Amino acid sequence: MMTNIIKRNRYLILRRTTQLGLLILFGGANWWGWKFLMGNYSSAYVLETFYLADPHAVLQTFATGFVMSADAIIGAVIVLVFYALIAGRSFCSWVCPINMITDLATWMRKKWKITKKESFFTFSRKTRYWVLGLGILLSPFVGVAAFEVINPITMLHRGIIFGFGMGWAVIVALFLFDLLLVEYGWCGHLCPLGVFYSATSRFSLIKVKHDVEKCTMCMKCFDVCHEEQVLHIVGEQSGFIKDECSNCGHCIEVCDDNALKFSINNYKI
Amino acid sequence: MADTQNMNSRRDALKTMFRGAGLLGLGGAAWGTTAIKLKASELTLRPPGALEEKRFVKACIRCGTCVEACPYDTLQLATLDDHTAIGTPFFKPRLIPCYMCPDVPCVPVCPSGALDVDVIAKQIDGIKSEEPDINKAKMGIAMLDQEACLAFWGIQCDACYKACPLLGEAITLEFKRNERTGKHAFLKSVVHCNICTGCGLCEHACVTEKAAIFVLPRTIATGKVGEHYIKGWDKADEERLKNLKEEKAVKSSPEDELNDWEYLLDDD
Ligand code: SF4
Ligand code: SF4
Ligand code: SF4
Ligand code: SF4
Ligand code: SF4
Repeated sequence: MMTNIIKRNRYLILRRTTQLGLLILFGGANWWGWKFLMGNYSSAYVLETFYLADPHAVLQTFATGFVMSADAIIGAVIVLVFYALIAGRSFCSWVCPINMITDLATWMRKKWKITKKESFFTFSRKTRYWVLGLGILLSPFVGVAAFEVINPITMLHRGIIFGFGMGWAVIVALFLFDLLLVEYGWCGHLCPLGVFYSATSRFSLIKVKHDVEKCTMCMKCFDVCHEEQVLHIVGEQSGFIKDECSNCGHCIEVCDDNALKFSINNYKI
Repeated sequence: MADTQNMNSRRDALKTMFRGAGLLGLGGAAWGTTAIKLKASELTLRPPGALEEKRFVKACIRCGTCVEACPYDTLQLATLDDHTAIGTPFFKPRLIPCYMCPDVPCVPVCPSGALDVDVIAKQIDGIKSEEPDINKAKMGIAMLDQEACLAFWGIQCDACYKACPLLGEAITLEFKRNERTGKHAFLKSVVHCNICTGCGLCEHACVTEKAAIFVLPRTIATGKVGEHYIKGWDKADEERLKNLKEEKAVKSSPEDELNDWEYLLDDD
């Protein structure tokens, strides 16, 4: 029974471990003076030796006409290369702290049986690509990284690590938006960072693989996936799940037929 | 029949396109104006070594590494409540001033270049070195409200003078006979703008209920004569008149000018 629950949630447990672990490491730097991971998810100073940086933020800054120091640029390249060549859009499910908020909203939606039809309004999942483009396009006109001044992801982690101010209200609003107004509202429709990483994830090494021979078409994976459209090959052909898949592993956990599993991209199918 | 259907679908497609473009324009305008308002931060005191405000707001990636590097907890990252660009570092000297660490630990850790050692580089034999010199910091200027300052009442107080790390340089005391009592002297603090770093130790130390001496950003607290006034008694300044034309060509950098959009919004 117990082992079954753990097995059913094995990736969830791992994901929460990395998400919370990173938060604690960042928080520890500000609260207790730890030197493992200073800064935050926008830019981190690792073991006082090198930097990591958010490539999306660096790109917006670049669009304003300001070229950051080598530290930030190299940091952004490291992060970009890691996700583009290895982890795909894993940032969303394994690192981003907003994911815990939106996952909670989804869980409560299911618990309270707020169905998709009860979505207050619907709009296209493609909207976030427009948000991504618009943010970069606006940056030179407003003279600041346009998404960064309204970014709820950074508000959340900065809030936890350095203090919220009124920022918590934005997070509550985002949670209610996902809970009551639109299913997968923020991450699935609006957030530009998620699609920034999916746009660069085409050739990433770690991907979920579908085996059509084993699939019984139970559709359980469709029920849990927050990016249903990526599962279009399920039951039709074997292959790798691409595009906006965030490697959350939820579909693997619910599949009783072993038709989905994490695998290494062979760049063929 | 097929033709009208075709027409209709084409019209629909066009409609969708226009609606999309309209939404995009609307969203862009709303977002843009919000962003400009949210980055407005002229009344903010930045850490030492910060770039000029407009460039600083562009450059800072909002990581807070400088905040963590400061041993005195001087710096904080702006939240929604603070009237400055969200996520950027600033300090409130009345709360915690900048103690002007000789090694300036907050500056070299900055990954983005928003805080730049070069801004406060130590001069060795007239040449800029890679070492920071905290006395070169220009975080702001201390302003003194003579009405609220006890020393200007004739009561003895030199709290700010004693607190200043550049004592005797950034703040000096001016002796003056107190005509009212006839036997005492005023000991008035005078701030020297070209030396004051804006650390705010004086503001922190001031004994009055609301500090009589307080730091303002340099852009707010400084005036500008304008280049057409010439000190007729000064040979060098006369020389300047001759070079004015050349100067003008190199002076105005685009960074100092307002963005197109800001110009439209700059009503207050
Ligand atoms: S879509 Fe955006 S907010 Fe959601 S998990 Fe990904 S990066 Fe975070
Ligand atoms: S396909 Fe599976 S791993 Fe990918 S996002 Fe959907 S549930 Fe998560
Ligand atoms: S100079 Fe020292 S006290 Fe001042 S902000 Fe930097 S680290 Fe803090
Ligand atoms: S270290 Fe630099 S980039 Fe980071 S918050 Fe401070 S000024 Fe901004
Ligand atoms: S802010 Fe005050 S204490 Fe600091 S250098 Fe200027 S006069 Fe001195």
